[in-house]
Amino acid sequence: MTFSLPVILQALASGLMIGGVFALISVGLTLIWGVMKIINFAHGEFLMIGLYLAYFLVAKAGMDPYLTVLITTPALFLVGIAIFQATIRPILTHPPMNQIMLTLGVSLILQNLALVLFKADVLSIRTEYTGINYTVGGVVVSLTELIAFLGSIVATAALYYILKTTDMGRWIRASAQNPTAATLMGIDVRFTYLLAFGIGSACLGVAASLLMPFYYTSPTVGLFLGLIAFVVVVLGGMGNFLGVFIAGLIIGLTESLGAAIMPGSLSRVFTFGIFVLFLLFKPQGILSRRQT
Amino acid sequence: MSRYKEFLFPVIVFALAALILPLVLSAYYMHIAILVLVWAYLATSWNILGGYAGQHSLGHGLYMGVGAYASTYLAITYGLSPWIGLIIGAILAAGLGWFVGFATFRYGLKGAYFALVTIALTEAAVYVVSNWKAMGGAAGLEVTYLGNKPWMMQFDGKLGYFLIILVMTLAAVLITQWLNGRRFGYRLVAVRENEEAAEAMGVNTLGTKINATVLSAAMTAVGGSFFAQYFTYVGPRTVFGETVSVQILLFAIIGGLGTVWGPLVGAIILVPTAEFARAELGTTFQGAHLLLYGAVLVLTMLFMPNGIVGLARDVRRKLARGPGDEPSAPLAEGGGP
Repeated sequence: MTFSLPVILQALASGLMIGGVFALISVGLTLIWGVMKIINFAHGEFLMIGLYLAYFLVAKAGMDPYLTVLITTPALFLVGIAIFQATIRPILTHPPMNQIMLTLGVSLILQNLALVLFKADVLSIRTEYTGINYTVGGVVVSLTELIAFLGSIVATAALYYILKTTDMGRWIRASAQNPTAATLMGIDVRFTYLLAFGIGSACLGVAASLLMPFYYTSPTVGLFLGLIAFVVVVLGGMGNFLGVFIAGLIIGLTESLGAAIMPGSLSRVFTFGIFVLFLLFKPQGILSRRQT
Repeated sequence: MSRYKEFLFPVIVFALAALILPLVLSAYYMHIAILVLVWAYLATSWNILGGYAGQHSLGHGLYMGVGAYASTYLAITYGLSPWIGLIIGAILAAGLGWFVGFATFRYGLKGAYFALVTIALTEAAVYVVSNWKAMGGAAGLEVTYLGNKPWMMQFDGKLGYFLIILVMTLAAVLITQWLNGRRFGYRLVAVRENEEAAEAMGVNTLGTKINATVLSAAMTAVGGSFFAQYFTYVGPRTVFGETVSVQILLFAIIGGLGTVWGPLVGAIILVPTAEFARAELGTTFQGAHLLLYGAVLVLTMLFMPNGIVGLARDVRRKLARGPGDEPSAPLAEGGGP
């Protein structure tokens, strides 16, 4: 526990870097939530699948950690649409609580399947990028964190561009705004939901490849990262891309600063505290004044 | 008067059937019977808020943990009997439940948002106790075994524990059944079915939801105290947190949400199956029982969203109506997106 300026600056720098990844993870969640009004409680577990995949590709197949993105992204897209078809599509019109229970069930299955297959071990990798650091004004930034931050920005921007300019993006936005009107305009709304679910999951593939070089994976890794995604989405405002991106950075900074000035894992209490306060007082999110 | 007879009869039958178990079961099967009753009790407590009032708390681990830690801490530090400790735990949980209920319902949180707040609170509780030295930190607290001392809720063998949890479960079932014919019970269902209409009919919906949370929280905490005494250990993630919270509600959902016997039926069917799976596969496949719970939860939501008791009720109604006479109740099926 220190309050010296360098420690704070260092915490701010690392918080910003990880915050970028939080933002990318949460953008996937908010896309699904915003489009089909389904809260996917298995979102964190999808990310866990991506992390294990990235781990095995690097540790067992010897791939370059950042090239794994070419496999994890389509793989997570397929995982997303497979789970959507098998479990979510049949209950699209059911009460929201049934959908929540269902995705909770999916998360229990995935989490414990990982426990059965890979045991409870915490796995991490050492890559040729590990240990390369840049020092700027006393603040150390590692190359892996920097790549994760920049990669997340690029991926989020690309997704934003796709949603704003392509036909597929217009289908998705139209289905989100008014499914009935979208159907009348000739859009296959269920197919669009499938696409949106796949794309929301594919974001986690990108995030997994960016995270793995400096993070870890374990069967319960999705529990915390999934909750963080909920925190970020609520803070940023459901379906609000820019809000969610800013909120991701804020939560990254909060987590990192909290860990620097509070003992143990007490900073988590702080993060969840912010979440609860926001849900109570400002459930529309930080940017609610200027709705997109 | 006949209403009381009607609901007392199955309770008496169940109690008598349960009382035969200690005569015929070995210690291992008694352990499973106790587990069944523990989860049935917790799910029944959750069902009052989640099933009857329709507020799906995903954070009942918060109250279970408060009960478990309160009685255990007081017993270890001051030698206080868990019988008194569980009352203190229940009072603390009731206060916490009032606070959570007031804060969330006052600001109109519903459905998914309510669920998210409750998850965040129970997860926050994990990190609070993990960093709280007096509560044993991440290592948790261990109940010291003092021998066969009923006053300290400690027994040789399983019988004592079995009788306590049996009485608790029967009491929880009776409380739920009692609600069924009371104004409070009707208010809960009114809030669940249509909150605006209930409000318009003069139901104090905020007060009703808060009272349901308080009752449910206090009952859950007592279950937590028993849990701690029986397993002689409490840790942050064994009684607080998301996983245990989901387990609490699982049996109610699968057995039948908002029904008196649903949570018990769910636990009777699932807990032994899961325990045998754990005994057979547990050493090689850690987590096999939770995998089973997850799969059953998904299948329940896909194929019988009203749970086992709900399905039985629907089938009975259909048979009573006779063939060809389809029920007109709007089933949540099909339709456009």
